Formats: sequence, structure tokens, C-alpha cells
Amino acid sequence: MSTQIEEVPFDESGHLHDPKGEARVYLKTLIALLILTAITVAAAGIHFENGAINIVIALTIASIKATLVVLFFMHIRHDRPINGLIAAAGFLFLGIFLMFSFIDVTSRDPLQPVNLKAPVTNAPAPVTTLDSSGNAVPATPAPAPAP
Amino acid sequence: MEQQFDTVKIGMWLFLATEVLLFGGLFVGFGLMQQRYPREFVEAHEYLQRSLGALNTTVLLFSSWTMVMGVLAAKTNNKKRLVFFLILTIICAFIFLGVKYFEYSHKYEEGLLPGHFYSHKGDSIPGSHGYATFFSFYFMMTGLHGIHILVGIGLLAWIAIRANRGEFSEAYYTPVDLVGLYWHLVDLIWIYLFPLYYLIS
Repeated sequence: MSTQIEEVPFDESGHLHDPKGEARVYLKTLIALLILTAITVAAAGIHFENGAINIVIALTIASIKATLVVLFFMHIRHDRPINGLIAAAGFLFLGIFLMFSFIDVTSRDPLQPVNLKAPVTNAPAPVTTLDSSGNAVPATPAPAPAP
Repeated sequence: MEQQFDTVKIGMWLFLATEVLLFGGLFVGFGLMQQRYPREFVEAHEYLQRSLGALNTTVLLFSSWTMVMGVLAAKTNNKKRLVFFLILTIICAFIFLGVKYFEYSHKYEEGLLPGHFYSHKGDSIPGSHGYATFFSFYFMMTGLHGIHILVGIGLLAWIAIRANRGEFSEAYYTPVDLVGLYWHLVDLIWIYLFPLYYLIS
């Protein structure tokens, strides 16, 4: 227990042990975040053959940055575990939401009627208009006026 | 007192988790539409200026640092530093919104607007709904994030006024801490918005 208290920057009465040390940690975090931003902008300029690599790199760096912010700026590293648990649960459920949505969309066959016999042609659907009583009638081109 | 502080913090974290899920729904929608209109989305990305996005990212990251330094100042009973860092954070928020205003007005002039307001000419797939969909998501997500920045400015100003009255000390700085958490979450959301909108191409 005693070793654990040394890691926490507060003592029992809530005083900070080492405010200057804390400030140094925050500055290092900021520098790391800015360097990661520079890296992600530079990586976006490289065109990989597979465009998915760019997305993976960008989102991985974003997640590292988000972790740094949560751990150091939002004090999760010294906080009660329950707060970290709530934060992790939020991201976990977002992850489930994302994952299942994408599994659904990417594994779905193109929608076609099951009793389809002939291939669907791209012929335009017949254009209909409504007459004065509300019934659909095929639109006929207006007869050319006689010269 | 300590127990109260813990309870308040749990409540704040629960609120932040709902915020993550609020934006999460929009992120999922954006991802699904990107699957549906891949070519249009890549083309629409090109209309966003990467340098402005990077500038705003830097400004917000810096403001997160000034915020955490403010919380540290409150913990160490340094009223002057607390007010100084809070004002610095507010200035950063206004710089962010200024850049955003410049970007929005540029989009407005080019007709790069959401839904049926979209009137941009010269797209490579004329008539596709993909472009308007992209800008619907762009304005919805950055707009909702911008509203969060505005709310944050209000909260920071309120905290700065109270700090100036000397209401906070190492014994009581809960509002400073909670507004700090909120401000970092706004930063966190931008950390994901920036690569998704400005970098992926």
C-alpha cells in the first residue's frame, strides 16, 4: 500500500507532492501530442497503394493521442478505477456499434428480388403523371404544333 | 467532502460517456456513407484545407494543455495562474472558432453545403448524392462540435469569473476539474474528427 501512495501525486489530505513534476508531465504530454499530429499529417501525404493503410495509420495515431489525453490530461492514471471503467465502457460500446455496423454492411449481398429471372436492365422507368382526377396516366410528349 | 467529490466525478464521467456515444452515432453514419459513396467522399475531402485543420488541431491541443495547467494552479492555490490559464484557454477557443468561421464561409461561397442546399458545379460524378451527403455529415459533426466549443467558452468564462473572486482552492476546485474534463473531451472528439475529415484521401 505504501508503494502505491508514492505513485499517486496526492497525500491523504489532498496536497500535491510535486506540482512541478506534474507540470513537466503535462508539458511532455503536449509535446508528444503535437509530434503525433505532425506525424499523422505527414503520413497522410504519402500515397500507399492500398488506401486502407492511410485510414489505419490515421486512426491508430488518433487513438494513441486520445489515450494520452485521457490518461494524463483527464487524470485517469491517478483517478479512481471506476472513472476509467466508465470511460472504457463508453468506448467499448462505441466499438461494438462500429464493428457490427460494418460487418453488416460489408457482408451484405446486393439487394435483388429472389424471384429474379432476367437481369435487371437499366431501361428508364415509364414516366407517369397524374391527371386532374388523381389517376396515373403515362406521360405522352406534347404533340408538335402544326406548322 | 472527498466522497462528494468522487460522486460528482463519476456523474461527470457518465455524462462524458454519453457524449462519446452521441458523437459515436455520427461517426458510424459517416463510415457507412463512406462505404456507399467512396469516390465522392474522397473527392469531397479535397475541398477541405488540410493546413487549416492541422492549425485547429494544434490550437485545441494547446488549449487542453492550458486547461490542465489551470487545474494544477487551482490545486496549488495559485489564483493568478488559474485565471491566466483559463483566459488563455478561452482565447484558444475563439481562435478555433475563427478558423472554423473562415472555413464555413469558404464552403458557403463554393456551394459546398449539406443536403439539397448543395450547389457546387464541376464534380466528376454529376448528380450523385454522395457529395451532399459528405457535407451533411461535415456540417453536422463539426457544427455539433462547434456548439460544444461555444458551451465550453461559456463554462470557462463562468469558472474564470468565480476563480477571480477567489472561490477555488486546493480544498475546493471541483467545478474547475469538471469543466477541464469537459474541455478535454471536446479536444478528444476533434482528435478523431481531424483525421477522418481532413487527412483520409
